[in-house]
Amino acid sequence: MATRPLGVEVPGAPVALHRPGAWTVLARFCRKKPLGAVGGFLMLVILFTAVFADQLATYDPIATDAGQSLARPGPEHWLGADHLGRDIYSRIVHGARVSLIVGLASTLLGSVLGGVIGLLSGYIGGHTDLVTQRVMDILQGLPLLVLALVMSAALGPSIPNVVIAISIPIIPRAARVIRASVLSIREMQYVEAARALGLRHLRIAFRHILPNTIGPFIVLCTAQLGSAILVEAALSFLGLGIPEPYPSWGRMLSVSAAEYAQKAPWLVLFPGLAISLAVFGSNLLGDALRDTLDPRLRGG
Amino acid sequence: MKAYIAQRLGIGLLTLLGMSVVIFVLLRLAPGDIVDILFSTGGYVNPVERQAIERELGLDRPVWVQYVEWLRQIVTGDLGKSYRYDLPAWEIIRPLIPVTLELAALSLVVAVALGVPLGVISAVRQDTALDYALRVFSLAGLSMPSFWLGMVIILTLVAWFGWIPPVTYVSPSQNLWLHVVQFSLPALAVGYRSSALIMRITRSSLLEVMREDYIRTARAKGQSGRVVIWRHALKNAILPVVTVIGIEFAFLIGGLVVTETVFNLPGLARFLVEAILWRDYPIVQNLVMFIAIVVIVSNLVVDMLYGFLDPRVRYGH
Repeated sequence: MATRPLGVEVPGAPVALHRPGAWTVLARFCRKKPLGAVGGFLMLVILFTAVFADQLATYDPIATDAGQSLARPGPEHWLGADHLGRDIYSRIVHGARVSLIVGLASTLLGSVLGGVIGLLSGYIGGHTDLVTQRVMDILQGLPLLVLALVMSAALGPSIPNVVIAISIPIIPRAARVIRASVLSIREMQYVEAARALGLRHLRIAFRHILPNTIGPFIVLCTAQLGSAILVEAALSFLGLGIPEPYPSWGRMLSVSAAEYAQKAPWLVLFPGLAISLAVFGSNLLGDALRDTLDPRLRGG
Repeated sequence: MKAYIAQRLGIGLLTLLGMSVVIFVLLRLAPGDIVDILFSTGGYVNPVERQAIERELGLDRPVWVQYVEWLRQIVTGDLGKSYRYDLPAWEIIRPLIPVTLELAALSLVVAVALGVPLGVISAVRQDTALDYALRVFSLAGLSMPSFWLGMVIILTLVAWFGWIPPVTYVSPSQNLWLHVVQFSLPALAVGYRSSALIMRITRSSLLEVMREDYIRTARAKGQSGRVVIWRHALKNAILPVVTVIGIEFAFLIGGLVVTETVFNLPGLARFLVEAILWRDYPIVQNLVMFIAIVVIVSNLVVDMLYGFLDPRVRYGH
């Protein structure tokens, strides 16, 4: 028998200090946070829908058909048809793509920009921090939707512009969260060690501090995703968001739908349900992730 | 106390100044101005006529002059002229304010009346099925677009009772009952959403307070659970709740933007959307500025309220 190094395989001692596998972590998360798991499942369904929209849709989401105007839900049109005879189900399926892309893109853009601002502001400190904080106060002082409204009006309706309009109000919120986390990390000994080694400030900030803010960052992103989807819906509803002919959930609810709502309630019911489920999913997931990843932020 | 208020007012004014820059710059980024839009419906415009209109509206002057002019107007209380209606902006805005304030106040009442008791119940019954159900209920409120909820409420009324809410604004002097009904529907939709936040804060804040020694003492004295919670615990738990209520009041206006449109109520928020679509700069600028002022004032009021609610908070330095 080959000799083994001492201290290994002592009978009865726990064998491994290895990290639990991904599946174990997932199973534990589902058991401890059943609501979070439901949220995660909802988000997966929506992601799946968005990716395979072309396969899942039964009709062309843009094609109009006067003969099918305001068709009732049934075997022909599962969730009915709108006033132009467009299939609601197919439009909702394709709308998942638009809503998710706009939601994710604006959340990421806002969180990354805000994150970098928060990182530098927290790391540099002093006057820079003070001035940055005041500027963030100004941006945060206006209601999210009002700021996005003015932004999207200023930029004009197009998908990239809507993404920018929604991301701007997210910046101050992200900056605040990341800054708070940087302030505590900055004082840690390993950062001091890095400084003692003579590393450049930018390198310390981005290589050594930034990775440790990933927990709050993920929590922030999931929390903002829901509100980004809601703001997109509201903007599109008002005609300042996603332009025609893209099927967007908010757009589907807009004035033309409201006019026919009493004759054809499915025009209003289903797109709104889709929005609510998507936001509900990201809220549930966000809450559970916050409790798991960032116990300091634990709330209700 | 006086020094504190002065300091807060100073910061508030600086923030407002910053906001005015942001608002002004954003609106000037917009492609196409009012002249383009006014004439896109009219077809051909000769350039001379166009210049005359631009001069009349002050659009031919340098941007910074326009900005300084706007600030001067705000300070002197003259809010400029609406491009589109050719009326003083203040005359247009003034009748809209009571509608929005009434709606915001009603929504807040709904939010508090729903949020605080549910938060208390949820905290007292922590980790029971009821607690879970209430938390899901509140999260659902946060997840539904309030304008959609408003549409669903109208549809339900039509489908179940065959009753259609008034489609145009009913003033309280016309028909008080109808007016109240007309306002309570959107207030319900918007208030439900805001109640979610209030409920969550009430719950977590109460849970924290209930772990304190004096609560155990009160219980040990044999006081009933109800008295302990409503009289002893809630008093101390209410402070963070007040903060959220203050923040919510300002942000309710954001929620009203779409809801007023759905319910066709002639308020500030609905008019803001119309003015944005028309690029009616003076109206948009002044409306957004008004919202900014409401936000800052309500934050200030919340800070002041602390002193009354909690004598421990002193306004020294």
